[in-house]
Amino acid sequence: MAEQMSGAEMVIRALKDQNVEYIFGYPGGAVLPIYDVLFQQEDIKHILVRHEQGATHMAEGYARSSGKVGVVLVTSGPGATNAVTGLTDALLDSIPLVCISGQVPTPLIGTDAFQECDTVGITRNCTKHNYLVKKIEDLPRILHEAFYIASSGRPGPVVVDIPKDVQFAIGEYMKPANLSDHQSYKPHLDGDLGAIEESVNLMLKAKKPIFYTGGGIINSGPEASKNLRELAKLTGFPVTSTLMGLGAFPASNSQWLGMLGMHGTYEANMAMHECDLMICLGARFDDRITGRLDRFSPNSTKIHVDIDPSSIGKTVHIDLPIIGDCNRVISEMIRIWREKTDKSRISEIADWFKQIEKWREVKSLRFENSDKIIKPQYAIQRLAEATKDKDTYITTEVGQHQMWAAQYFPFEKPNHFMTSGGLGTMGYGLPAAIGVQIAHPDALVIDIAGEASVQMTCQEFSTAVQFRLPVKIFILNNEYMGMVRQWQQLLHGSRYSQSYSESLPDFVQLAQAMGGKGIRCENPNELDDAIKEMLAYDGPVLFDCRVSREENCLPMIPSGKAHNEMILPETKNIENVIDEKGRTLV
Amino acid sequence: MNAHLQPSGSAYFITKPTAKPERHTLSVLVDNEPGILARIAGLFSARGFNIDSLTVSETEHEKGLSRITVVTVARPKILAQIKLQLERLVPVHKVHDLTEEGEPLERELALVKVAGTGENRVEALRIADAFRAQVVDASTSSFVFEITGKPNKIEQFINLMMPLGLVEVVRTGLVAISRGAAPM
Repeated sequence: MAEQMSGAEMVIRALKDQNVEYIFGYPGGAVLPIYDVLFQQEDIKHILVRHEQGATHMAEGYARSSGKVGVVLVTSGPGATNAVTGLTDALLDSIPLVCISGQVPTPLIGTDAFQECDTVGITRNCTKHNYLVKKIEDLPRILHEAFYIASSGRPGPVVVDIPKDVQFAIGEYMKPANLSDHQSYKPHLDGDLGAIEESVNLMLKAKKPIFYTGGGIINSGPEASKNLRELAKLTGFPVTSTLMGLGAFPASNSQWLGMLGMHGTYEANMAMHECDLMICLGARFDDRITGRLDRFSPNSTKIHVDIDPSSIGKTVHIDLPIIGDCNRVISEMIRIWREKTDKSRISEIADWFKQIEKWREVKSLRFENSDKIIKPQYAIQRLAEATKDKDTYITTEVGQHQMWAAQYFPFEKPNHFMTSGGLGTMGYGLPAAIGVQIAHPDALVIDIAGEASVQMTCQEFSTAVQFRLPVKIFILNNEYMGMVRQWQQLLHGSRYSQSYSESLPDFVQLAQAMGGKGIRCENPNELDDAIKEMLAYDGPVLFDCRVSREENCLPMIPSGKAHNEMILPETKNIENVIDEKGRTLV
Repeated sequence: MNAHLQPSGSAYFITKPTAKPERHTLSVLVDNEPGILARIAGLFSARGFNIDSLTVSETEHEKGLSRITVVTVARPKILAQIKLQLERLVPVHKVHDLTEEGEPLERELALVKVAGTGENRVEALRIADAFRAQVVDASTSSFVFEITGKPNKIEQFINLMMPLGLVEVVRTGLVAISRGAAPM
């Protein structure tokens, strides 16, 4: 016989049955019954945040670094609205989250009750799916379904809004059932075999091929990264990746071209532009990647593997679409390749690599170092050097430092780089680092931050102190909203409207005030020692790394331009590169 | 230049689209649950798709299914996106492009209120008879006609009633079904 229990008990029981260990949340009137059940058990640990946005980013960091579903618990009204940014972030970056929100009791819904908001209305367009649970009989099914929908197919955030009277109501609990026969929701996992075989045929003929990989490989699990490496080895083709896919293919591999797109390397973008066969695996031809679309990779045949059919052909015409899970499709590609040949195409595409080598010689990531002032690129290089023997997870905020982290930190493993790609959420990195540290208590977790971004969620540093999470917040402090300033230089005659921080906190004292450690470094000669000091400290650290103030993040595909029109470090008069049309773009 | 690249929806589409917009009737089978209409309508507005007409009603009570008929005008690439985006919604079972699958049967119902006396009143009745419109309400100075048919027939009827004292029109929006034996 099914067990009888209250709705609040069902929530906690369902979390246990879904193997949830940690939840990130903040209590309030409409979730008190759930918090009361939480109090009376020990299996599920609750991380008390300082703001609900922090909870969502922590859950994202936790999910992205572990492959599990991140769980958030918030109250009604402001609790739910504060979670909206993180939910949207998770939607755009395909991160599996389940967010449980309290709601005013059902008889009060629609009366503008205290702390009432239309949570399902507000979150409808920023979640993969959402539910308002009006009857206790529906609760167990919805809870389990929420986990299934969040984690299967193209992952995403799911909100379950539970009115307070439903939390008190008594009903029958159901264990998780097999949901793969869900009536209307059926993710397409296996790619069409004929299409996969056709893709291998194209690969066997290509003279200038390239693998363009994305976050879908990471979402498909560690096995997908392993298989991608195998496929790259089998074929001998060069590999580039989006921001979200970094780590799926090792940066130390000779076939690696670096990241592509707006701030990608010259060789990656030129190879995308000149290739004759593009094999896109789990990426979505985002505008940061393609640049000007009518001149995007003009002479290539394009294969696109994606689990979400709506991603295929959305912006770029695809010659060979394959709908399916990256890992399954790549495994099939490997199998079929092996059936057809036991040789790679290295010798046939030797000219292609010779051309790539020439592009590499441009050294698009070079920068002028200084012995008087710390260059942000140098700071990341030193950070990478100091941490290379450790199991290091990197998170970032959003802006120049994020791109520098992507360019100068070599990622070797999947799930080790957490960043806000699609939504570009400043304030993501610090809470995300906390989530990563929860999932990997013994690992080294560093948030490469900017001084502007970090102030959006830096109250969560206090959460790190409370739960003894030794996250390292490495702030590249140039006193500017660097990317905003760079765009103002490029597009608006260097009129730095509101992008300079006239008043910054003393980050060392801020860290101390919250019970952590603060370190400041202004001299490149002292940087290594300061980083050593940061790494040696067994607790959370805010590292205020003072860097050159008006450094630009290059190379760059300016807005409105194509892959072969990059601004390189030696480009002169970058203020005049972007034309009128380009100015109107984002 | 990439002539085959048909820009569809981002600021980065700099070329002008060449394909012409087409009117298509989509039939969407969904779970009849609270908020489903908002989900569909929200998707259209969030992604900048057009809705010309939208009707919704429960059609299979035991299974809790509703049928939504959407008429949209879009270029072929966008149309493909609309269908894929609709299919992505969790409570959506099926999306059929009835226009693409063949000439669907399309009907609409309108209630048309006409006020007047004398010759106009007689003429209105005569036209209504020709269009097989029913009189569903009458007073000494007015009629309410009920007319069913293809949208252009209703359009025509309304145009004819305009000089005869048309005061109010209400239309259901289009419902459509495919021809032949096969269900959707």
